[in-house]
Parts: sequence; structure tokens; C-alpha cells
Amino acid sequence: MSTPSVTVNGRTEPVGSIAPHLTALDWLRDLGLTGSKEGCAEGECGACAIMIARPAATGTEPTEWVAINACLIPVAGLDGQEVLTAEGLGSPTDLHPVQHELAVRGGSQCGYCTPGFICSMAAEYYRADRHATSATAAPVAAANGTDHGGVDPNQPGAEADAEHGPNGFDLHALSGNLCRCTGYRPIRDAAFALGGPPVDDGFAERRAQAPPAPRATRISADSGEFHRPADLPEALQLLADRPEALVVAGCTDWGVEVNIRGSRAPLVVAVDRLEELRSLTVNDAHIRLGAALTLSEIERCLDGEIPLLAEMLPQFASRLIRNGATLGGNLGTGSPIGDAPPALLALEAELLLASVDGERVVPLADYFTGYRQSVRARHELIKEIIVPRPLARLASFHKIAKRRFDDISSVAVAFAFDVTDGVVRRAHIGLGGVAATPIRALDAEAALVGQPWSAEIVREAAQVMAQEGTPLDDHRASAGYRAGMLGQALLKFHAQHPEPRPEGVPA
Amino acid sequence: MSHLSERPEVGEIGRSIAHESAALHVTGKALYTDDLVARTRDVLHAWPVQAPHARAAITSLDVAGAYEVPGVVRVLTAADVPGVNDAGVKHDEPLFPDEVRFFGHAVCWVLAETLEAARLGGLAVEVTYDPLPSLITVKEAIEAHAFQGAQPTVERGDVSTGLEGAAQVFSGELEFAGQEHFYLETHCALAYVDEGGQVFVQSSTQHPSETQEIVAHVLGLRSHEVTVQCLRMGGAFGGKEMQPHGFAAIAALGSILTGRPVRLRLNRTQDLTMTGKRHGFHADWRVGFDDEGRIHALEATLTSDGGWSLDLSEPVLARALCHIDNAYWVPNIRVTGRIAQTNKTSQTAFRGFGGPQGMIVIEDILGRCAPLLGLDADELRGRNFYGPDQTTPYGQPVRHPERIRAVWDQVLEAGDVARRRGEIADFNAAHPDTKRALALTPVKFGISFNLTAFNQAGALVHVYKDGSVLINHGGTEMGQGLHTKMLQVAATTLGLPLSAVRLAPTRTDKVPNTSATAASSGADLNGGAVKNACEQIRERLLQVAAGGLGVAAADVRIADGKVTALGRGGVALSWGELVRTAYFQRVQLSAAGYYRTEGLHWDSSVMHGSPFKYFAYGAAAAEVEVDGFTGAYTTRRVDIVHDVGDSLSPLIDIGQIEGGFVQGAGWLTLEDLRWDESDGPTRGRLATQAASTYKLPSFSEMPTDFRVTLLERAHEEGSVYGSKAVGEPPLMLAFSVREALRQAAAAFGPEGTSVDLASPATPEAVWWALSEARRGHETGHLLEGKPGVKPEAADQDAPPRLPESEVARLARPHLLTEA
Repeated sequence: MSTPSVTVNGRTEPVGSIAPHLTALDWLRDLGLTGSKEGCAEGECGACAIMIARPAATGTEPTEWVAINACLIPVAGLDGQEVLTAEGLGSPTDLHPVQHELAVRGGSQCGYCTPGFICSMAAEYYRADRHATSATAAPVAAANGTDHGGVDPNQPGAEADAEHGPNGFDLHALSGNLCRCTGYRPIRDAAFALGGPPVDDGFAERRAQAPPAPRATRISADSGEFHRPADLPEALQLLADRPEALVVAGCTDWGVEVNIRGSRAPLVVAVDRLEELRSLTVNDAHIRLGAALTLSEIERCLDGEIPLLAEMLPQFASRLIRNGATLGGNLGTGSPIGDAPPALLALEAELLLASVDGERVVPLADYFTGYRQSVRARHELIKEIIVPRPLARLASFHKIAKRRFDDISSVAVAFAFDVTDGVVRRAHIGLGGVAATPIRALDAEAALVGQPWSAEIVREAAQVMAQEGTPLDDHRASAGYRAGMLGQALLKFHAQHPEPRPEGVPA
Repeated sequence: MSHLSERPEVGEIGRSIAHESAALHVTGKALYTDDLVARTRDVLHAWPVQAPHARAAITSLDVAGAYEVPGVVRVLTAADVPGVNDAGVKHDEPLFPDEVRFFGHAVCWVLAETLEAARLGGLAVEVTYDPLPSLITVKEAIEAHAFQGAQPTVERGDVSTGLEGAAQVFSGELEFAGQEHFYLETHCALAYVDEGGQVFVQSSTQHPSETQEIVAHVLGLRSHEVTVQCLRMGGAFGGKEMQPHGFAAIAALGSILTGRPVRLRLNRTQDLTMTGKRHGFHADWRVGFDDEGRIHALEATLTSDGGWSLDLSEPVLARALCHIDNAYWVPNIRVTGRIAQTNKTSQTAFRGFGGPQGMIVIEDILGRCAPLLGLDADELRGRNFYGPDQTTPYGQPVRHPERIRAVWDQVLEAGDVARRRGEIADFNAAHPDTKRALALTPVKFGISFNLTAFNQAGALVHVYKDGSVLINHGGTEMGQGLHTKMLQVAATTLGLPLSAVRLAPTRTDKVPNTSATAASSGADLNGGAVKNACEQIRERLLQVAAGGLGVAAADVRIADGKVTALGRGGVALSWGELVRTAYFQRVQLSAAGYYRTEGLHWDSSVMHGSPFKYFAYGAAAAEVEVDGFTGAYTTRRVDIVHDVGDSLSPLIDIGQIEGGFVQGAGWLTLEDLRWDESDGPTRGRLATQAASTYKLPSFSEMPTDFRVTLLERAHEEGSVYGSKAVGEPPLMLAFSVREALRQAAAAFGPEGTSVDLASPATPEAVWWALSEARRGHETGHLLEGKPGVKPEAADQDAPPRLPESEVARLARPHLLTEA
């Protein structure tokens, strides 16, 4: 096993003797690379964002630049990987195009969040499937003029376009970056004014080369161990031998525990690069999602194949988080407020659990047993999430939160319905945030199945649904609002689909 | 035109340029205080031991366990303080307390080789507490009559007669939340004893002079033994005006005791749980209107939630009382203010500094009363605008009142408001479950520190023999573009291109006795001082040039680095040649500049005078869309016309307007501070103590269509190059969003529905409001004759309010603080 090292802005830096929980952020700052900042230490503000070279999820080139939160991942997890920071992209006298646009348009005021924005913007700039939607770039904002390139909201489709620039820039790429100074408009204008990388751009050229391979890593210190097994059998053996092992993938949950609650684990086992956990297969009976695929990878590889997930995933945390977070992790932590479980419950998903003893399949509905508790044994890994086909034709995901981008749901409701000849044939409703575990709204489902899809029936079922679960008062919402939202969700779902499409037309 | 406001034909002033550090920001090369740690040797890291009670006596403190933790070097306690054990200027903020006054109060600090060791050391400190009864909400404090500081009243005319003579009288109550600054850079200080033996503190502070004073008094030193430098801040918004001092003092104390550099950087949760926020307020009011909807009389009592110590609560309250009128003429008025003392963080300055808290009351009143008066809210607001020859309730003439109408009308026109209102009505008629609304609100905001003494500034300008220029001034850079503007002022005054001028970081040994960079006054005050210093040098150089060229000094021109004489044609001298000549003629090439705002007077004992140099005006129109199922909403379009005088730097000013607006909208709609108000074991704990639970605006809250225009032909007589301050006023334009949400919620009910809207107007709050509107109820407002709210008078026992002259006479060195 080689000495752990990370390539930073083209230079290979030995990781050195470190504590296994040392974050990539603190390690970079100790190197003197102070561009990445700590703003929140829990992956919410993006001031720490960096780029890493990863296997491309889609497209013809093997590598892509992906922005992630450096505050959440341990540097040990980057052994053998390539990191790019704002310092590596350009210098004050030789600005990168992303840096230039942000600087000249007033996109930085205090500047503290700026290097993180630069990394998120640059990753989107280099996204291979980013294509201009029109020939003209965004209008340049006149510094003292009256119009700042605002999109006319009265034009058809303007709502959707407000989040996508004429250059194909997806504003969701910046959903994990907070700025307290600018109000975002100049940052958006900078993002929407970007062209494509010039032909001799070295960072663009990097995409044509193979990505850095995952490297088996073992780092130990007094405060604990970090272990990246080479393959699944090694990982499963390790889990069998070491019951204290804590499994991580993107560390988007564990990193918060480390930083905010001071948690330290004696042994951290990283499974995010295990090939056995990273396949996505589609056949007539199932869609099988590898538990260690990132949510961004699933989003792009599925490309709308599961409409309910296509609606849920953009609302799940931020792009920076989705670039690290996995379904395995979201189900493994067993949080009652994760956004994936309600959707997967509505889809009647099953989990494939693997251990040294073999594999077994558990319906997700039977998986959760209590607050952050599940039937998964300590030595078992979630290997795949299996979504049965055919999918329900009518699906919708309703997330109730204070903020539209990157917030935690106070209530999440997922619907997967089939309505034929005006009669509800299938009604699966997954709920998050209203009980100690994600649950199905079984009473409301029963009140709907076999009944006409009518306003009257829906009103009655909505009253039943408002009684589901045991919602609590907390800082996100009152119990009364949560209960109210359960009922409202069904009414809204019906209002959006009063007359479902005829058979055979996909929803 | 005054000398100060006169603009030369050529110069860097008024050009749209990027922030002077933009290229450093985008490449990660701009250094903030904590970035210096990587380049400093042998640094110790500080970690606080925070109390888990809202209020408790500390019965024992045993730090021995901490020393068992490898890497722990020192634990700082009250016994270590050689000077005054206080972090503030009011002597009510013990740096090391013997009684815990809020949940998270730091009891002692651990210094260690690593942050991890300091954290573990903190866990090993044993503290025993004797919990005491606590007050968490403003209402609890009001009930317990727990107030701190003076209870001022602004009064004009006769309120009682005014209310009696009014055609309609309404009364109501409003409680609104505070706001966390959430500067992206948390509080940070790095202190060491330098090679000259002085204490040197790098601090993220808006007020280096006061940080210096507090560090000196904690250490028992004189100010000339302490230097504070602020490189730049990663945002501040008022949160680093008073709050940095104690942290700087801890770091400085540690460095003196250990002989090593000490870094104190709060993590986000520590920052959220330990530092002050915008004051939430409770207000009750009675208002009388005449038959035409004109305000006849207003009586109100505003009670701010001051937290555990006074901090800046008194001046914040004063500004709130001075802004309850906003842009409206109120002939008879009596407004009383009180500061509740609660067991929470000590609330402090935050962009607007009480102005927003005063204005929200009148805007809430007008928004709630308009439907009851049968008037459009726009119409009601417009009828009450200040007119010519009227004065504010505290006696200051309202100069340029026509600008209120000017910005208002321009927003109506630029925003195409009449046509869009028609579209909105059609949309609402066709959409039972979705409603839109468009609302306008104005802003009139007074510029200057209320307290006259703070309205002064200094600068230091050097011209070196090679012609290069270095400027220092007393203001700090927190992202607002002050340094950019100061470079433009210096270059313009000296007649140089921007590239010839460089600006050095703010430090107390360059410019002493500075006021906080606050109250939006940074460019006004420091610009005056920089200009003054540059003018002194320029005058000397003109004499030198005149002598050399054989012309009168009045006929010499310096522009863009070239020196010419009138009537001579062509360039006579370069700047460099002129500077060299001056040096050899033994002409001084540096100058200390000074500025004080003229014409201000204020008597705080009677809350009367003309405390403000001028008023900044603006108006905004916001359109929102509300989902009736959930209360969720989007801001579809915002149009703003704002008065910045003749802009010093348009790109910077527009950035301030947009950023201030979105921050204000965050306060009013999204940002939701929640404290544990239960009687459980964590009573008083801030529940929203992380970025995951305290949500500030993200891209999804940016208005989809955002249009900002600067008011033209807005020259401001007697201010630096005719400009106006811009930092705070635009925040209050965000009332337009709140009023639009109120009107959208009302649209779910029958015509004429008056809506009470909680603040912040979160989706949940909007849903409750629209659900109430759907039931068709009139809520909240009680017509006179029914049991209504009677605003309370000031406490008889409240401490006296000192007239300003008396304050000055007391000459307590640390008494004067304000923004």
C-alpha cells in the first residue's frame, strides 16, 4: 500500500501523519491553501467547496470535475485523488473565465464565500453535457442601468428558464453555496454569461484522460482508523471482524457528526468507490440502483426513467451534497426526515443487503424499526436499491420546507398512483417527517383504492391523511402545520392531476 | 455647490468598477484573519466552555481535568485578568462571568496546541451550576418588568386629543423576530506580543479603536500599548461592531500569559449561540385616521428584546423610535421605547440598527388598516407621505420630501405596475389555489450616528518620492466596497489614475480614535477625511507646480497624473516629476486628514434635534406568488428606485441595494430564530444554531426578475462628491415583500380582508394567514370602543436619559458607543 497522497492543483502532496477524521478542508488550509473557507462545517454554505476529478457519470469523456464540500470528507478519503481549488484555477493576474466573470460583475462583496462559488461554478462550466439553449449569451448588466438581465416572468416557460441560463448553466449547481452580501443576482448573471472552455483549456483536456483510480487506503492513529477496502469481499470481512466499524460513503452525514457533535469513530470504512456498489441496471422487472452511486450520478444516469425520483432528487439537499451523498447512506442512517425514503416507499422499493453470510432482500416498508433503527445487522451493507416495474403512472413528490433550495423537509410526501377509467387502482403514499421513521400513509391509501378519483373522495381521504403519523412541534414547523400539510398534499396532488392521462401515456 | 460635494469633470469618482479586492476574492488570495494562522508559528487555539443553562450561579469551576488532556497549555479564568473583567463599554458584560446569563455563555477558555486538544480540554473542565429562574421571551420580561437602560419617548402634538378627534381608530399588537447576521466569516482574532513588545491583535472587527480600548482595559494597559488591525471581514452587518472585543481580549490575554500567538475563531454554532443578533421587538399601538385616510395620531410602545446585557440596545432603540414615521407625516405622536432584559445573547447592531424595527410597525399598521379603511394600500401610503416644510416627530426638517414621491412614481412607471396589477387580478380570478400580489413600500432613512460625537473620521495619506500613493483611513472593509470608494476618492482628489493609489489595511496605529464603520456612514465620514488629506497634499503640490511653471496656483490642473497650466496647452509636468520637485523643495508629501459632519445636534434626554445629515430615500415594488396548499411562495419580480445621491461607485452601490434588499427579505420571510421557551432542561437554548436549521436566503429566494435603478439628478449638497450613504437603507425596501405576501394571503379571502401576518412570514406563517383569510374573518384589529390594546407608558423607575452634553461630561472612557 503506497503512502497516502493527494494531488492538489497539479502537485502531489503527501497526506502525512494525520488524524483519520481530519477534514480535507483543514488539511488544505494547513497546506496554506486558504481559498476554501469554513463557513458552517456541515455542508450547508459551500464556502469550503473544492473540485475533484471523478469518473464521468455520463457522456463520452471518462472524467468529470465534481464540486464537493471539503468540510465533510476526511482527507484520508481523497488518497490518490485529484483536487482543484480556486487557487489552482487562476491567479489575480491571470483569471480563469469563471473568476473573471464573477469579479467584473460585482459577484463578490466580502469575498469569503467566493472561492467556494468559483469551484461550484467551474464544475458546472466544465460539465460535458452543458449546452447553450440559445445562441446569445445573457445580456450584460449595465452597471447603473435599469435592467439586470432579468427574465420576463410573463413569458411562457420563464419559471423554468429562470434556473437555466442561455448557456445551459443550471443554477442548481450553486444551490449549496450561500452568499450573505450580494443577493445573488450578479452571481447568476456571471454564471449565465459563461461561454465554453477554450480549446487549449487544460482542465477541459483533463476530462479526456482516465479518472484517478480508487486507492485502497489504511490510515491509523491514536484517535482511530480510516480504511478503504479494495473490494466488496474485503469490506464485508472487515465489517464482520470489526463490529465497531462505521460505514461511510460521501460522509455528508458522518462529516456533520464529526464537526458539529464531536463524534469520533474508532474505525471508519469507506465504501463509496466499491465497484460492486456502483452499478445501475434496468430491465423489464426492476431498476437496480447501486447503493454507493451518488445522487447526482443517479439523477443523470436515470435521466427521468423514474419520474418520482426525477422530481425528488433536485429537491434533495444541494448539488454539493448530492455529489457525495448516496441512497445507501440515506437509508443506512435511518433518518426519519430524509427525502429518499418516502419516495422509495411509494415506489415499493426493496433493499439488497450483503454480508459475509450472503445476501438477502428486505422490502423497504419492513426496513425501518424505530428512530434511526433498522433491520440491517451491523455487519451488513446495503448493496442495491431495487425498484420494481412497472412504475405507477401518476407520481409526485411534495417537499414542505422553509427554503426551496437545500433545506430539510418538515414534511415530505411521495405519491405513486395508478388511476384507470377514473378509478384509483394503485395508491402508494410515502411520508417523511411525521413519525419516528418514514412511513406509508396506509389509512389514506385504503380510503382511495378502488374509489373514484373525485374531489369528494379526495377531500375525505385528505382528512384521513391529516391524521397519519404523530407529527411533532419543532423549530422547522408546528405539529399543526405538519398535519395540515399531509391533508393539503393530497388535495394539491389531485388539483395537479384532476383527470389523469389515459392509459399508455407516461406521466 | 459646497466644496465637499463638488465633482471635477474628470476623475475616478462615479465610475462603475469592481471591488478593489475582486481579483483576490475569486482566486482565494484575499486574506482574512484566520488565514493568517497558516503563516504564523506556534499558534495556540482557543475553545470556550459554554454553560448549559439560561441563568445559573457558577458554584464551582475546576479546570484541573483540562490540564490532563495532551496538548492543553492553559485555561483562562477570571483570576487571570490583570485589568477590567469586562468585554463591553457599559460594564455590564463580564468577560468571565460568575453568573451565567444565557444558554451558551462562555465560562472559561481553554488554550491548546490544536483545536481538537482545546475542545477535549473544554470537555474535561468541571463546572457546577445552581440554576436560577430565567426570562426568555419579551413577553415574559414585560410581565416581570425586567427592563434595562433608559426608556425614551418621542413625542409631538397631543396624542390623546388626536385620537379623540380621529374619524377611525384602530389598535393592535405586533411581535417580530430578530435576525442572525450570519456573516460567512465567523468571529476571529489572532493576538501576539510583537517584536516591539506591544500587543498586536488581528481582529475581524468593524470597530478597531474600540476593540483596542477593550483589549487594553482587560489587560490593564494603555491604548498605545495595543494595536488592532483588521485586514478585511468576511461580512459583518453590524455583528462585528461591539461583539468582537471580548474575543480579541481573550486571545490577547492568552498571548500575554503564554508568550505565544493565540487564535480564537468561533465555529458556526459557537458564533450563533454566543454572539448578539438583531433585536426582535414587541409593539402595541393605537392609530387614528381622518376621513381621507390621513394619519391623525399614533401612540405606540416598542419593547426590544435586549438579551442579557445592554450592548448597543439603547442607540438601537433610539433609532427605532426615530424611524417609526418612515416616510409618513404623523402630526400627533407619542412613542415610548423599553429594552427587555432576557436570558439570551446580547442583541446588538444589525444593518438598519433599529430603523427596520421602527418602520415595520408603521408599515404593518398601514398594511393591516388599508382594507379596514376601504383603501388600496398604495393609496393609503401615498396620502401620508411627507410634504414640504414638515418635520419628523423628533423635530428634524425633512429635506427633499419630494424625492419620496419621485422614487415612488418612478417605481410605478418602471415597474409597469398598473398593467401588472390588472394581470394579477385576472390571474387570481382564474386560480383558486394560487394568488399573486404586488406591493409597494417607501423608505426614508436618516444618515449619521444619532450621537453627534461619533460623526468624525481620520485618514492618513502618503505620497512617496516615486509618485505612488498609499492611503489609510479609519474605516473597515466588510465587503461593502468602502475601500474601493476611498481609492476612487483619493485618486479623484489628487488627479491620478486608480492604479497610482494603494490602500493599506485598517489599523489603530495609523488612524486613531476612529468611530465604528457603521450607520452606513463609512464613505461619508472616511471619504471626507481621505479627501481632506489629499487636498492638503494637492494644495502644496499646486504651489510647487505654480512656482515652477510661473503661473498662479489657481491656474494649475492635475488630472489623470498629468500637470497642466491653464492657457499653456499640453502637459507641463508629470505627476512623478512634480512629486520629486516637491521633495527636493522640502514640501511635506504626507497628510493626516480629518472630517466631521457639520450641522448636527441631538439631545437624547428629550429625544429632540436634527441628528441626521440627510435622509436616504427609496421605493420598491415586489410581486409574489403564494401557493394556497402550503403557503410556499416565490418572489417573481422586484423593482427598486433608490437615492444614493450622485453615486461614488455605481456597481458597488447597486450591489449594496440588491444585497440589502435580499437580506431584509430574509429577515422578514425566512430567517427564523427559535429559542427553547419551554420549562425543560434546555430552556433558553437556541434551537436554530446551525446553517442546517437557521436558513438564510439562497438562490431560490432571489427575485426571479430583479431591477434596480439609481435615482438620477440626486446630487446631495455638502456630502463627499455629492453622494449618499447606501449600506443600510435598502434593507428596508424588503417591506414590499412582506406587504405583497399579506395582500396575496388576503386574496384568498373576501374583498377587504385584513390580514395579520407573523414575522418572519415563513411558508407556515403565510399558510396560517391565508387559511384565516379564507374563513373570511377580520382579525387582530379592534375598533375603538372594544377591548383594545392600550400602549403602556414608560416605567417610572427607569433610569434617566442623559442629555448628550452630560454624557460627554461624564468622560467615562468607554461610555460612548453606537452605530
